[in-house]
Amino acid sequence: MKMTGAQILCESLLREGVEVIFGFPGGAVLPLYDTLPQYPGLRHILVRHEQGAAHAADGYARATGKVGVCLATSGPGATNLVTGIANAYLDSSPIVAITGQVARPFIGKDGFQEIDITGITLPITKHNYLVLDVSDLASVVKETFHIARTGRPGPVLIDIPRDVFADEASFHYPEKVNLRGYKPTLDGHPAQIRKAARLINEARSPVIISGRGAIISGASNELKELAEKAQIPVVTTLLGIGSFPQTHFLSLGMLGMHGMACANLAVSASDLIIAIGMRFDDRATGKVSEFAPNARIIHIDIDPAEIGKNVGVDVPIVGDVRSVLEALNKEIATKTHLDWVNQIEQWRSEHPSTAIRETDELIPQYVVRKIYEATNGDAIIVTGVGQNQMWAAQHFSYTKPNSLISSGGLGTMGFELPAAIGAKVGRPDETVWAIAGDGGFQMTIQELATITQENLALKIAILNNSFLGMVRQWQELFYGRRYVATPLSAPDFVKVAEAYGISAMRVSDKREVVPAIERAMAHDGPFIIDFRIEPEENVYPMVPPGASISVLLEEPREMVKVEVGSRDTSNL
Amino acid sequence: MATKHTLVALVEDKPGVLNKVASLFRRRGFNIESIAVGHTEVPSISRMTVVVDGTAQSVEQVRKQLEKIIEVVKVSDITEDNLVARELALVKVKATPQTRSEIIQIVDIFRANIVDVAPGSVVVEVTGDEDKIDSLFSLLEGFGIKEMARTGRIAMGRGAKETK
Repeated sequence: MKMTGAQILCESLLREGVEVIFGFPGGAVLPLYDTLPQYPGLRHILVRHEQGAAHAADGYARATGKVGVCLATSGPGATNLVTGIANAYLDSSPIVAITGQVARPFIGKDGFQEIDITGITLPITKHNYLVLDVSDLASVVKETFHIARTGRPGPVLIDIPRDVFADEASFHYPEKVNLRGYKPTLDGHPAQIRKAARLINEARSPVIISGRGAIISGASNELKELAEKAQIPVVTTLLGIGSFPQTHFLSLGMLGMHGMACANLAVSASDLIIAIGMRFDDRATGKVSEFAPNARIIHIDIDPAEIGKNVGVDVPIVGDVRSVLEALNKEIATKTHLDWVNQIEQWRSEHPSTAIRETDELIPQYVVRKIYEATNGDAIIVTGVGQNQMWAAQHFSYTKPNSLISSGGLGTMGFELPAAIGAKVGRPDETVWAIAGDGGFQMTIQELATITQENLALKIAILNNSFLGMVRQWQELFYGRRYVATPLSAPDFVKVAEAYGISAMRVSDKREVVPAIERAMAHDGPFIIDFRIEPEENVYPMVPPGASISVLLEEPREMVKVEVGSRDTSNL
Repeated sequence: MATKHTLVALVEDKPGVLNKVASLFRRRGFNIESIAVGHTEVPSISRMTVVVDGTAQSVEQVRKQLEKIIEVVKVSDITEDNLVARELALVKVKATPQTRSEIIQIVDIFRANIVDVAPGSVVVEVTGDEDKIDSLFSLLEGFGIKEMARTGRIAMGRGAKETK
């Protein structure tokens, strides 16, 4: 039986298990929108700006582990997706972006709303397609989902001319894909795994650095087994938060620029780093030439191009984290590192990075901590970018994979609201809190209308300091307190919420924090709290940009150089 | 230390692949010295020979990045291999009745060919490695070079082993 391109696309999406599409219509995708009502299994969620569609697909993908789908028309619809696609690319999030294109006879003629979106997204997609023949469409969709979700996941874009949606072809969905140039390595090389096991068995002060790759491959149990069997402390990257329970005695929390002091000190003093599904981002390593000077490095990643990119590696292992750890755990000896663990405990007590200072002021760390207590940690936290993101990362204890959803690589302000929409749509039974800043919140504030239209029971905490806070912090610390373009006026968020039909309240007094959070949680539907926090509160600890992560800026505001001392590495 | 590297990429013969490969070199800060693309013994597979300047480590990084392109099947750095490397050049040289025979002598020494003769010019075709073409070029420069076109290097390992 013949089908139109639009029908073939919908049939193919259903076969890939798609249930939700975040989109915004327009001329080039009208034939597709006209077909959507024939497919009630595809729920369409209308966003208010295409950037929101891409972030929502990203948030959905991270919360569910499935592929998120966003849809936009040609031209401006497609270019509005770009930030969201780039965000998904840098954080290895599997999304599929479908864009309409002008009809084939108009391609290359600068037609109305024509833009070369496959050209524009070339460096920010894992792969992309321009479908010029309707009979290719089914196999393109098959390949697209395969590429998006396997190996190192990432965004894939399909650009479909308007007349291809209307063309007809017979529909055969391919059983499998055959891509000569795409065969991810899943199992680690046995000799390398044995070599890694030997280093682990010999190490005296080992540290695991776990990243988002551990979450993507579902390796939390294997990671825990490795850490416990060989008694290895675990630090995570920002996006690795949740791969290892932060309540575990071997958990040191996040490393890097705003990482926990004990995590940074442990990494700096370690004699062996086991880097798992992470990519040595500069925010994690600090000054790379002084990163972990005494350590050998085992690097496990599914992407061969990440190995040796930023730091030299002693034992590279290309493969799926879970598969590699399963094999590695069989080779390692049961061991303790009591001196090392005690040393780290001493650092932890000397530098209590998660301690919240005693004050009557309304400080953001306290707000985050109270959200943690009110939810018992059983929530998905979606953050913006900047101070709010770091406080959310530092003062909530995450125990489950994908419980923190945050824009790591691209650092996209405005990510929080649409990504939280995606998370809530994908995991409707979970409590989802968006933690926003007053700056980023204004970047995607229009998605409040999406929340109202879909009646999504999101809880939103705005940490409102009337500044672009992280930039202001840098201006305070490194630019002589010259606050250029960071003081920020905002609308009355409570009134804005009301205008969108969302319940909201303002909190300016510390004593109101807990009742407000409880009220938000008890409210049946979305709720916004505008927390008027201490305007010049800073995020600590902080590693000054360009410094080694063993150099810590802590409260009180002075530079503390922590000498970790040289360690005996003669047994290596 | 930065040196010249010869990379051979086997790629699927699909639209946009050359753009993807070239754009990746640009993004990662490499300057492509030459690039030559053509068919191979396998239908639907093209072979790109790319010459770039870089340290062994940075070229290895870009090689791995290239392999991430879905249509790229395999990339090898064959710099260290025992190679046959060739380039073809066409050179249009000013020629007068007085200089023509001297030009022909030089062309013979280089085992090059004259493929076009006109009043006032000859077109010389030469194949060889870059050094040979550069030397011929410098000898012909004295006569006045009107135009030159070079293909860039193509290369293949010696012996029975294939670049796969």
